[in-house]
Amino acid sequence: MSADTTSAIGPVEGARRYDVDNPAPLIEAPRKRTGKTPRSTRGNFEMAAWLFMRLSGVVLVVLVIGHLLIQLVLDGGVSKIGFAFVAGRWASPFWQTWDLLMLWLAMLHGANGLRTVINDYAERPNTRLWLKGLLYTATVFTILLGTLVIFTFDPNIR
Amino acid sequence: MPAGTLYRGREGMWSWVAHRVTGVLIFFFLFVHVLDTALVRVSPEAYDEVVATYKTPIVALLEYGLVAAILFHALNGLRVIAVDFWSKGPRYQKQMLWSVMAIWFVLMVGALYPVLGHAVREVFGS
Repeated sequence: MSADTTSAIGPVEGARRYDVDNPAPLIEAPRKRTGKTPRSTRGNFEMAAWLFMRLSGVVLVVLVIGHLLIQLVLDGGVSKIGFAFVAGRWASPFWQTWDLLMLWLAMLHGANGLRTVINDYAERPNTRLWLKGLLYTATVFTILLGTLVIFTFDPNIR
Repeated sequence: MPAGTLYRGREGMWSWVAHRVTGVLIFFFLFVHVLDTALVRVSPEAYDEVVATYKTPIVALLEYGLVAAILFHALNGLRVIAVDFWSKGPRYQKQMLWSVMAIWFVLMVGALYPVLGHAVREVFGS
């Protein structure tokens, strides 16, 4: 291996057109942002929603499968569930937090999933508007109701 | 059909379809489930009465279906995350789907007795 193979430029095409005294003209990148470029009116909502689906999904796998195991599998399965069972579990802040987190993440995850489905299949703008209005109303209602129930649960209601 | 719903078939499309269908079903159940749980704020009797329907054989079958939908959605969701974030994910998406189905099947067999056992005892006596 001789030294000149390290350079792909031969003596002819390697003749320099520009040097320190004769610098190459600076070409601006075609889409370079300048002071005159209008600021984007779109945020990163869709990217945030995409990321949220994945992050909440991982957490929900743990929360929901744990929930199914407790409610449907362990200790007699569904047969043991009743007011007393709920009162026993919600006496602990750990399970209150578990259920609260599961409620919020599952509702937001599900609402965003349904939003995507509506966007995909409802073609008329008006249909989309109404379906999403219904979806958001039901979602806010369910999250607030569930949160209220967890926070105001009273084991001595009767 | 709206434009753009025709896809290329095979594992990629059908897992996507199943993910959608199970997701929508789970969301509707979640809505009902929050409502029925809210009855603990009404009275213990109202709550226990509604929960009693969850213990009937027919609803036990629906619960088994719910478990099936949730387990598929959970496992396939982890596969989607792997496809998106793991550099070799897209290349192994088919193998991952078949792994998902295998794990799903094993878990569904495992859930058979805990979820449906009481219903079988009720229907067939003993």
